[in-house]
Amino acid sequence: MTDIPLLSLAIWVPIFGGLLVLATGSDRNAPLARMLAFAVAVAGFVVTIPLYLGFDTTTSAMQFVEIASWVPRFNINYHLGVDGLSVLFVILNAFITITVVLAGWKVIEDKVAQYMAAFLIMSGLMNGIFSALDGVLFYVFFEASLIPMYLIIGVWGGPNRVYAAIKFFLYTLLGSLLMLVVLLYLFMQSGGSFSILDWHQLPLPIEPQILIFLAFLIAFGVKVPMWPVHTWLPDAHVEAPTGGSVVLAAIALKLGAYGFLRFSLPIVPDAAHELSWLVIALSLIAVVYIGFVALVQADMKKLVAYSSISHMGFVTLGFFIFNPLGIEGAIVQMISHGFVSAAMFLCIGVLYDRVHSRQIADYGGVVHTMPKFAAFFMLFAMANSGLPATSGFVGEFMVVLGAVQYNFWIGFIAATTLILGAAYSLWMYKRVVFGKVANKHVAELEDINAREFAFLGILAACVLAMGLYPYPFTEVMHASVNELLRHVAVSKL
Amino acid sequence: MTDMQTLYLLVPLAPLVGAILAGLFGKTIGRTGAHVVTILGVAIALAASVYIYQDVQAGNTFNGTVYTWMVAGGITFEVGFLIDSLTVMMMLVVTFVSLMVHIYTIGYMSEDPGYQRFFSYISLFTFSMLMLVMSNNFLQLFFGWEAVGLVSYLLIGFWYDRPTAIYANLKAFLVNRVGDFGFLLGIGLIAAYAGTLNYAEVFAKAGELAAQDMAVTGWPLITAICICLFIGAMGKSAQVPLHVWLPDSMEGPTPISALIHAATMVTAGIFMVARMSPLFELSDTALSFVLVIGATTALFMGFLGIVQNDIKRVVAYSTLSQLGYMTVALGVSAYSAAVFHLMTHAFFKALLFLGAGSVIIGMHHDQDMRNMGGLWKYMPITWFTSLLGSLALIGFPLFSGFFSKDSIIEAVHASTIPGAGYALFCVMLGVFVTAFYSFRMYFLVFHGKERFGQEAHHGHDDHHADAHDDDHGHDEHHHGLAPGQKPHESPWVVTLPLVLLAIPSVLIGFFTIEPMLFGDWFKGVIFVGDNHVGLKELEASFHGPLAMAIHGLQTAPFWLAMGGVALAWFFYMVKPGIPAAIQRTFKPIHSLLENKYFFDRFNEIVFAGGARALGKGLWKVGDQGLIDGVAVNGTARLVGWVAQMSRLFQTGHLYQYAFMMIIGVFILLTFWFNRG
Repeated sequence: MTDIPLLSLAIWVPIFGGLLVLATGSDRNAPLARMLAFAVAVAGFVVTIPLYLGFDTTTSAMQFVEIASWVPRFNINYHLGVDGLSVLFVILNAFITITVVLAGWKVIEDKVAQYMAAFLIMSGLMNGIFSALDGVLFYVFFEASLIPMYLIIGVWGGPNRVYAAIKFFLYTLLGSLLMLVVLLYLFMQSGGSFSILDWHQLPLPIEPQILIFLAFLIAFGVKVPMWPVHTWLPDAHVEAPTGGSVVLAAIALKLGAYGFLRFSLPIVPDAAHELSWLVIALSLIAVVYIGFVALVQADMKKLVAYSSISHMGFVTLGFFIFNPLGIEGAIVQMISHGFVSAAMFLCIGVLYDRVHSRQIADYGGVVHTMPKFAAFFMLFAMANSGLPATSGFVGEFMVVLGAVQYNFWIGFIAATTLILGAAYSLWMYKRVVFGKVANKHVAELEDINAREFAFLGILAACVLAMGLYPYPFTEVMHASVNELLRHVAVSKL
Repeated sequence: MTDMQTLYLLVPLAPLVGAILAGLFGKTIGRTGAHVVTILGVAIALAASVYIYQDVQAGNTFNGTVYTWMVAGGITFEVGFLIDSLTVMMMLVVTFVSLMVHIYTIGYMSEDPGYQRFFSYISLFTFSMLMLVMSNNFLQLFFGWEAVGLVSYLLIGFWYDRPTAIYANLKAFLVNRVGDFGFLLGIGLIAAYAGTLNYAEVFAKAGELAAQDMAVTGWPLITAICICLFIGAMGKSAQVPLHVWLPDSMEGPTPISALIHAATMVTAGIFMVARMSPLFELSDTALSFVLVIGATTALFMGFLGIVQNDIKRVVAYSTLSQLGYMTVALGVSAYSAAVFHLMTHAFFKALLFLGAGSVIIGMHHDQDMRNMGGLWKYMPITWFTSLLGSLALIGFPLFSGFFSKDSIIEAVHASTIPGAGYALFCVMLGVFVTAFYSFRMYFLVFHGKERFGQEAHHGHDDHHADAHDDDHGHDEHHHGLAPGQKPHESPWVVTLPLVLLAIPSVLIGFFTIEPMLFGDWFKGVIFVGDNHVGLKELEASFHGPLAMAIHGLQTAPFWLAMGGVALAWFFYMVKPGIPAAIQRTFKPIHSLLENKYFFDRFNEIVFAGGARALGKGLWKVGDQGLIDGVAVNGTARLVGWVAQMSRLFQTGHLYQYAFMMIIGVFILLTFWFNRG
């Protein structure tokens, strides 16, 4: 098995597949483009399955490593590998791509091939981010993944798509320019290496560590997004087509958080300890402040977007309390949020496709006409508010436990999500789904069809499976998380 | 896996299978199919529980893992069972009451289009509740805890097009979440300091925990843990000030009011504290806290029962008050008395609720007691069983409630813990109040003038009059009897559960008080510290249940209860004009009670309104004003402005460029020559 370049396949199958889809050309061939895209997405997922099955949970070392020289003059390598911190994201990403293709099946009728291709290429690029072990390779994937997302929002988006696309692009570009500077600095300091693993071992004085940490904080914080650099996300979500929102929430937000794990913590551990108060404070603000903001949203997509920011606050909080429950809980939360936020946006998409409105006020009594949909939506709303036996509970529970262990008051503030999360999720659910049939649009709604049932059903199964038996998920991360914590505890000064 | 372990698994799984079949395949199996599979599931659970009960009585207990949920941070999170005397008692109560309610539902919901869904939910509830009581660790406890909350949410909002119902279910869920917030922190503290969530392992470390202070706050650790856990119990068991959801939960169909909001789910908090007795015993502060909250609930919620006109709401406030009694018992370390009252209350309160439901069927879904009266003639079985239930509730000697309530009062009397004096006052006065509102209801419903079938109906629910503007299909709430129409006795599926519940309501106290309170039944399960009196004094003076009942005739609680009954009789049978006169004379007090001490108003304005205002403020001022307005778009404007400025320099006139160049050269030269 080791001689098959699985990670390369995970990256390039969707990318070349996407190019192939693009080659089907105009919308006359749309059915072909859809079928082909679906086949590519499934193939892209299939090649990631051996990553889990063949994963060695006993070691924290990089696995499925591939290395080849790329630009010898600057010692840049095509260096791939995954460990317990990253392997699940590659699989999740490939999996979500399937649901995205299904979600855009009937809804997108304009530039179908281009739409499908953009998502497939994006998926491959993001797999590249999660598996790159070379700084430049990482940066290239990181930047390149902006382009398809920019196009998805800008071409297939809503009325205000240009503002949203540019805001998204500039925000994230600002962060990544700072990252580029840091990467070059690290290249110099390490005596000419772009290997991320080499950088982990590089001793650095405290002042540059602090500066590097702050640069990373901005670069990754924008992506997560952390308060106060989060305002691009609600706009981007509102304007993006359903599939765009799904990928954005389920995968793209994880890129920033992953950056903290792969770069900030291991490369500048002393600065991470020194400035952990800052990240914890920003995370708690995200949990509470954004929770309140989510409560008053009138637009469903905005509400879920704010809820995403609030949930990602748990992720960054978990990273910086430096205990295994915190970090593993944060990773679990990222995976779970991948399922739950994807499902929430798909549910809103199902409604939007029928009524063409995202305003809560335009709905009411949906359960009367769409009982099956209402049942799925209930499950996902409950998962979003962290109900036990759903995946949403596991990560929050672990992070709260870790936080109480770290400092009771931090746990106290974090645990308010139990109330806030339920308040905004269920209040929205009540206004949209319960009550009497609000208007004739709702009266004419048709319940979900087989295709919609399929993607919501798969996600529901994932949400429940992870909630009832998270063991297989946490099992793969123990070795890497413990190694990370051990590494972070050692000073580099 | 041994045979017994398979049987343990069968208890929760049988109702779960029933719930899944009725829920997912309800259309295929039809209405009859739905109630057959769910009733079968619960019946299997009950039969297995009886068998397990005998096994436990023979001395076989069990504490083991079903599967490992997760391992993280050095803690093994498991799903597992602890089968001992406390568990098996709860299993019997839950499965028995659940079975009664399942049967009753066939009659009560017979015309409802959501028939299969309802059966699915109540079976799902039974599963969740069983998982809660059978747990051997805090994780699964929390699972069950929130799962019963979910089902309660679904069932309160069962008639989802009623605005009041979907308001009530959201409120119930959120208030419970406030409790769960505390509960989760308690679990977090246990995980942090004990390093395990398994009950037995935590209890083994209880002494160690009691010797520590918390790292950041400096509080005594064990007190913090117990109070956090108890906040969870306050939410689930509706103790002041987290009681506000329970009266509103009456928006759900009556069978679930009996099962969830009287007999089982709301007692989960009581069960949990009793289960945690090895921890609570180590903190007098926490026990005092428990005691004062319980006493306040017991008395002040009883007062509210007096002014209600909706038959279900009277029973709901009575439930709150009785939960207060159980909590008081916990506070004075009489855990077994609390659990004993939990059991007797489960039977007689389920009976009273189902009786109320039967009355509601007979009255064609009119719940206002002012439209009833003289029903005993028309509904003899309902009448007689309700009378038995009421006598049990007020603690009439020999009835089950007598034994449990008297034990609690005696335990409070003997207790020396701070707050015991206040608690004694509350529980004594509470006896009078309970008897008064119970028999007020009894007389208004079953005796006196027949007030039904008249043209002018009282609005049956003054508090929510605004919300009752709908007349949709299955909202039969306002129908009531047409002029000249008479109420009728309910079908046998409704009356049979009443009879089967009436039997334990009358008898169970007499037969179980000795083993449960003074025998070895809870030995090794419930722990009472040497510094606490608990039931020890009562045990010394106990000479059998009959002697206790005879002695009960000479004690204050009996006469207080009789006084309450007599006063109700006088007010509502002899001189029906008096209550109205009192209401006029003591208007402020009446209005205070009518508005439930303004808790709801306060919560709506301060918490709900405050949260929305804060959210709006943060969004408009923080996100849109400062971050987007000033920082983001401000940066964009700044860039634009700089660009505008720099455009001024690019005039396209060669002489200006040349002039600027010369100035530049001069400045550079100046620096060059002066560089020292």
